[in-house]
Amino acid sequence: MEHFLDVIHSARKVAEQAEVFCVSSQETPIYFEANRLKQIQTKESTNVSLRIFRDGKLGISAASGSNNMEALLDMAVETSEFGDPASFSFPSRTDYPDVNTFDPRVQKITMEEMIEYGNQIITKIKKYAPDILCDVEVTKGIDSICIVNSQRGEAKYTKSFFGLSVEGILIQDTDMLFTGDTEGSCCLPDNPELVADRVVRQLEWANKKAAVPTKLLPVIFTPRGVASTFLTPLALAFNGKVVLEGVSPLGGKLGEQVFDNKLNLWDDATLVYCVGSSLCDDEGTPSQCTPLVEGGVVANFLYDLRTAALANTRSTGNCKRIGSGSPKPAVSSLVIEEGDISFEAMVDGMEEGLIVEQLIGADQGNLLGGDFSGNVLLGYKVESGEVVGRIKDTMISGNIYQVLKQSLGIGNKARWVDGILRTPALCCPCLSVASK
Amino acid sequence: MRNQFTDALKEHNADYVEIHFEESEATRVICRSGSLEEVSRICSSGGNIRALVKGSWGFVSFNHLDKLREKAALAVDEARLASGEEFGFPAAEPVVDTVTQEFERSLTDIPLAAKKRLLDEYNSIILGSSKIQSSRIDYRDVKRKVIFVNSEGSYIEQSKPDIALRLTAIACQGNEVQQAGLSLGSNGDFSAVKGLHDQVQEMARRAVSLLSAPHVKGGAHTVILDPVLAGVFVHEAFGHLSEADFVYQYKQLYNIMTLGRRFGGKQLNIIDDASIPGLRGSYKYDDEGMRATRTPLIQDGILVGRLHSRETAARMRENPTGNARAINYSFPPIVRMTNTFIEPGTSCFKEMLEGIKEGVYVKDWYGGTTSLEMFTFSAGEAYMIRDGKLGEMLRPVVLTGNVFVTLDNIDAIGNDLDMNQGGGCGKAGQSPLPVSNGSPHIRIRHCLLGGGGDQ
Repeated sequence: MEHFLDVIHSARKVAEQAEVFCVSSQETPIYFEANRLKQIQTKESTNVSLRIFRDGKLGISAASGSNNMEALLDMAVETSEFGDPASFSFPSRTDYPDVNTFDPRVQKITMEEMIEYGNQIITKIKKYAPDILCDVEVTKGIDSICIVNSQRGEAKYTKSFFGLSVEGILIQDTDMLFTGDTEGSCCLPDNPELVADRVVRQLEWANKKAAVPTKLLPVIFTPRGVASTFLTPLALAFNGKVVLEGVSPLGGKLGEQVFDNKLNLWDDATLVYCVGSSLCDDEGTPSQCTPLVEGGVVANFLYDLRTAALANTRSTGNCKRIGSGSPKPAVSSLVIEEGDISFEAMVDGMEEGLIVEQLIGADQGNLLGGDFSGNVLLGYKVESGEVVGRIKDTMISGNIYQVLKQSLGIGNKARWVDGILRTPALCCPCLSVASK
Repeated sequence: MRNQFTDALKEHNADYVEIHFEESEATRVICRSGSLEEVSRICSSGGNIRALVKGSWGFVSFNHLDKLREKAALAVDEARLASGEEFGFPAAEPVVDTVTQEFERSLTDIPLAAKKRLLDEYNSIILGSSKIQSSRIDYRDVKRKVIFVNSEGSYIEQSKPDIALRLTAIACQGNEVQQAGLSLGSNGDFSAVKGLHDQVQEMARRAVSLLSAPHVKGGAHTVILDPVLAGVFVHEAFGHLSEADFVYQYKQLYNIMTLGRRFGGKQLNIIDDASIPGLRGSYKYDDEGMRATRTPLIQDGILVGRLHSRETAARMRENPTGNARAINYSFPPIVRMTNTFIEPGTSCFKEMLEGIKEGVYVKDWYGGTTSLEMFTFSAGEAYMIRDGKLGEMLRPVVLTGNVFVTLDNIDAIGNDLDMNQGGGCGKAGQSPLPVSNGSPHIRIRHCLLGGGGDQ
C-alpha cells in the first residue's frame, strides 16, 4: 500500500486526481481430462492499474510484472491526451458494509485433498454411466485487492474462491451427449458430490431419444437453461453503459411494465460468500443490492462512477475490472426471485413441450435487440407430463422480451449457476422450435 | 538472462522441463458512439515453467523472475503428484534461433495520435449515416517478444506482434435494433487496418438495411456460404475436431476421426498451415519450439491428418505438426489451429447460384461455437436465393448442424479462396488467439437455419 501511495504522490505532481487499483492473485486449478488427473497448475499474478485526471481528462494505464511505476505514469499521461472529460471524482474515505468473502479453509486445502474431490465426483458419475468421459476442474484461488486514490479513499480486502466444474460426455458412434454442472463460491462446498448428482439426473433423463416437431411449444428452462439463454442479453440490457448509448431495449423504460408481473430480478454484491460479492466495487464504491425488475417493472440500471456521472445518477457499485482491463459497469450477482410452482408441477402440467438444460449459440445473435436462436445442447421432450427422452438437432428461437412478457411459470426452488446467477426454473408458454 | 533460464532448468528429477518468458507492450483503443471509451497502454512481463513427469504436466506461472529454481521445483512436484500413465516423450533436436518481424514501421513507433486519428475517421463515417444509433470500434495491438528455453538445449527468441480491429455499426428504428460488423487483423503490419473507408461505409449501410429486412423461415435450406463464413465454418465445425488433444483421449471420437475415413466429396481439401508467411496464424516455431508445418487435414474428401503438440503426437504415434500454442505466459501451450482453409475448387459463384431454386446466401459472421459434432455459427448477412438469383436481404441467421453430415452435404466449392484475418479463436479459457481462416464460396444442401422471431 505504501508503494502505491508513492505512485499517487508522483501522479499528483502532474494530475488533479489519481487512483491505483492492484489485484494479486494466486490460483491453483487441477484438471482431470477423460476421467484422469491430467494437470496441476499454480498461477501467480499481480496487475496494477493507474487512472489519472490530467487537465480535466482521463488517462489510464496498466502493468503486470513490471515494477516500473514511472513508466506506468508516463503511459497514463500519454493516453490522457485523448481521454474523456473527467466528469467524476474518485470516492473519498468511506465506511464499507461487512461482506465476508474469505473462507480460510480454501487457503488450507491441499492439492491432494482437491484431487480427492475430483476422484469422488468421477467415481459417482461413472457408477451410473461406466462409459462416460468426465472432464473435471477443481480450482481454488485467493485474490488480494487494494485500491487507493488521491481523495484519501482506500479499500483493501481478500477474497477466496473455490470452484468445481464437470463436463461428462457420452459418445456412441457419431452421437455425442453432453452433460455438465458447476459450483462456485468463496467457501469450500459442503457436499462436493452435488455436481455429480445433478449430472446423473441429466443422464437418467437423456437415457432415451425423443423426436421433436417444428412448431410452437411451451418450454421449461432449468436454472442452467435460464443462464445459457437469458443471462447475457439481460446483463447487457441493464448495463448503464449500454443504456447511456441508447441501444438497450430497456433504456427509457424505467418504471414501465416490460416483463411478466411475476418477475422480480435484482443485482446484489453484498451476499455473503458469493463469487460476485465484495465490500466495495473495483473503484471503491460501497457494495449494495440494486432492484432491476420489480413485479415486471424496470426499476434500475447498473452503473460505475463514470457512466453514472454521464447519466446524471449515482454509481450502484457495479464497477468491474478484468485483469488489466479498464473499469466498466457489470453485474455482480443476479438473482431471480423464486415463484410458487415446483419443477415437478411444471412438467406435470405440460401436454407437449421441452425442457432446456443447455442452449448453445444463444449469445451470438442480435443480443441488443433480444433476439435469440440457439441449438439445444442438452434438453428433453415432455409428453403428457412425463419426460420421455433427450432431444437432438433442435433449435429454439425467439425474442427474450416477448418471451419474458408472457405469463411465466416461476419455479419455487432457485439455485446458483456458475456462481453468478441465482434462479429458479422458468416455464415459457410458447416458443418457436425448429427441428430436422 | 539466457544463463538464468538455463540454470533454472538443470538437474530436476523430471522427464522434461521448459520455460517461457515474454515481454509485451499493448495499446487498446475502444470507441463507443461519439465517445472514446478507452485508450490504454499496458505493459506486461512474465513467464511460466512446465515440467513433465511420468506422463503428467506441472505448470507454474509468474510475473516475477526471482526464485526460478524453486518455481521449477514446484512444477516438478505438481507433475509428480499428477503423474500416471507414461507415454514416451521422444526427444526433439535442440533449436537455437532468433526470429524477428520487420515492417515499414514498428507498432510502438506509430504514435497513439495517428492510430486514434484513423479510428476517428472510421467512426465519423459510421455515425454520419442516417438511422445509425451508435458505433463500436475496438482496436488492439500488441508487440510481444517471447523466449523459449527447454531442458533439451533449445533457446528460441521470437517476436510475435499482432493487430486486431473490430468495427460495429448499430442501427435503430422504433424498437428495432440491428447491427453490422467488420473484423480485420494482421501479424503486426499496421497498413492492414488502413484505408478501409469504403468498407466501413458499406457496413453502416448494411446495418440500416437490416432494420427492414424480413426473417428467414426456420428449417433446412440449401445455402451458399461466402469465403468469410465458410472460413468460420471450416475452423469451428471441422478444425476443432482435428485438434489431437481431444481425439486421443476419447476413444469413440478417435474411432470417428480415423485417418482414411471419407468425410466429403472428392473436391474437398482442408489444410492448416502456420508456415504461410504473413498471416495472423503464422509463425516459425510453436510454443514448444517445434517448426511450423503445412498439415493437410482432408485430401480429396478423405481424412489424412490432424494437429499435434509433442505430447499428442507421441501418444498417437504420429508426427508432430508444431501446433502447440498459448495466448500468453499464464497458460500452458495446447493444440491449436493456425491458418485453416478449404482449398479452392473449380466452380464460379454464378454457377453455384444457378443450381438453386430456393435457398439462402449467407455472408460474414458474428461468431461461432462448437460442441464437437454440433456446431452453431451466426451469419452477419443473408439474402434469399430464388431461381438461381439473389433476392431480398434477410435478418441475420444462425446456422447449425452436425459436422459429419454437413461436410458431406457440400456439393460445390468455388474458385475464389479468400483468407479472413479478423477475430480470434478461443479454447480452454485461452482467448483470443490470433488465427486466420478462409475458403472459397461453398454450397451446402439441407443446412438447418434458425431465423429468430418466428413466433
